[in-house]
Amino acid sequence: MGNYIIRRTLFAIPTLIAISLIIFAILDLAPGDPTSQLPLTLPEAVKEQIRESLGFNDPFIIKWVKWMQLMFINEPLNAIDSLFGTCIGDCEGRARIISWSSRAPAIDIIYQRLPQTLWVLGLAFLFGTLIAIPIGVISAYKQYSAFDNVGTFVTMIGYSVPTFFTGLLAIFIFSVWLRWFPSFYDTTHVVNWTSWDSIWKQIEQMIMPVSVLTLFNAAALSRFTRASVLDNLNEDYVRTARSKGLGENKVVITHVMRNSMIPVVTLIALSIPGIFAGAIITEQIFRINGLGALLITAIGQGDVPMVQTLTFIFAVLIVIFNLIADVTYGVLDPRIRYD
Amino acid sequence: MATTQDRVEELVPLPPGAIAEKYRSLRQDVWRQFKRHKGAVTGLIVLTIIVVATLFGPFIWPSDPFEINLEIVNQAPSLDHPFGTDNLGRDVLARTFIGGRISLSVGFAAMLFGTILGTAIGIISGFFKRLDGPLMRVTDLFLALPILPLLLVVIMLFREPLKDALGPEMGIFILVVFIIGVTSWMQTARIVRGDVLSIKEEEFVLAARSIGTKKRNLIMRHILPNTLSPVMVSAALGTAAAIITESALSFLGLGFPADFPTWGRLIFDGRNHMQINPMWVIGSGVMISLTVMSVNFIGDGLRDALDPKLRSI
Repeated sequence: MGNYIIRRTLFAIPTLIAISLIIFAILDLAPGDPTSQLPLTLPEAVKEQIRESLGFNDPFIIKWVKWMQLMFINEPLNAIDSLFGTCIGDCEGRARIISWSSRAPAIDIIYQRLPQTLWVLGLAFLFGTLIAIPIGVISAYKQYSAFDNVGTFVTMIGYSVPTFFTGLLAIFIFSVWLRWFPSFYDTTHVVNWTSWDSIWKQIEQMIMPVSVLTLFNAAALSRFTRASVLDNLNEDYVRTARSKGLGENKVVITHVMRNSMIPVVTLIALSIPGIFAGAIITEQIFRINGLGALLITAIGQGDVPMVQTLTFIFAVLIVIFNLIADVTYGVLDPRIRYD
Repeated sequence: MATTQDRVEELVPLPPGAIAEKYRSLRQDVWRQFKRHKGAVTGLIVLTIIVVATLFGPFIWPSDPFEINLEIVNQAPSLDHPFGTDNLGRDVLARTFIGGRISLSVGFAAMLFGTILGTAIGIISGFFKRLDGPLMRVTDLFLALPILPLLLVVIMLFREPLKDALGPEMGIFILVVFIIGVTSWMQTARIVRGDVLSIKEEEFVLAARSIGTKKRNLIMRHILPNTLSPVMVSAALGTAAAIITESALSFLGLGFPADFPTWGRLIFDGRNHMQINPMWVIGSGVMISLTVMSVNFIGDGLRDALDPKLRSI
């Protein structure tokens, strides 16, 4: 197993390099210019100097290698330094990936935006999973019952109706019409954990985005859980367990659930990066100032280093969670042997 | 001479029509099973209604979706304009019909492109051992790409050049169909590859090979038809995904230009006018949801109908 993990991790490195090359190549075709956001009165010579200093005129391969060095060596070192207060090598003068539009290190901006995204996505993901698994299991166990029929229909709706429509409907009904919740997310609000009002304000503004995303996550997951449990309920070992006189609870929870959760856990791991991508849309609806919103603004401004870094981070997430999914599959299912 | 069939009938009188029931082709079998899935049948009916409405709606409701009339700007739904009017006084119902044409054709075209690409790659990868490794690595690489961010970037980059080359509507249409197709073939390819690997070992393939069937015919006549059922299911689900992706792109303002309404674009444009004219958003939103839901139900029904374990009943 350990051997397998090491091999998979080593294999992930060329994948990531290939992905970074693809992203870099696509973005290199971009007509973006680091000076396009600067005042027009600036003399052309100065603009040229700025471009030169940012390495904009270098050939493609040089830019790519430089970016790789920043992404894989400088930024991790910097993260370690700021985490542990250490200073490895030249920590003051270390080059960083600089955003063209804000002139700040791209990773720092991403780090500032991360909490908003994580709060909303993380909660939606947690609630989605907590709701989906019981619903999936019960609908499978009572297949074709009223609960199953209603559940299947509702999950089909949650699965088919795009979040940008449910989100807008929620805003229309609960913000505009009933005036229960604010229609947009106030990121400047700092939660003061001693004041109930402050906490309530945070909860109030999170209810709508979290429930819209929860509905979507739960729908896909409970459909999958139901299918997986149904597959297992017809297996011979279930009949054996029943025939030797085990109680239904024991049969379903210890035998069926254990087996049918294996693919479900894998799906959960695999869907985490997709949830980050889904944030791009949700953040646009509720005007949350998170990573998705950052990406959209960066694309709009032609901020190439920012788009590169963000897209690459999404890719890293996908690769990491694929790896986690494969490894958990092996851990949970002893029948899977890696060699 | 009496056949076995006749003799059986003498013994057990069968009701009329029973014989016809007995001999069913695969297609009839699948259709019979498909009809039993209530959701799938409803989905098929709803989808047909939507397609017919977007095709013929503009003739029944002859309001011009592009006619700007500044005297009737931002009207709430009324008898003259059941879905109200937009910020330039254009009839929203007519725009929803036209938008459906674009959204649906993008969905079907992208699905077709992605399915053909995926099937081709899957068959090549499963059939030719030497290409299997490299092609599957490429598939894995595509699966690891962050699709939505890349779609956004690619559209930003190539929108203008393609618009200049092919005109605004055709250019964006080809771009959107192409990039959705190019980023959605991987699942189909994996399924088809797995199928081809097992079909290749079947005896009928050996038989075909032994009478000297050319490789091309072997693939086209013997292997491809046997992989079609999972391909059909993933194509149905792919259509739903393509329609959602297109409307998500339009919703982010990166799909079709405002002059060419699609359902996603109508939601994007109407979202700041929901208090005045909610039908602007709701009309298109309900249409997207109904379409995607019926396509998903059809996919479910197809999967059940094509599953030999269930079909034998």
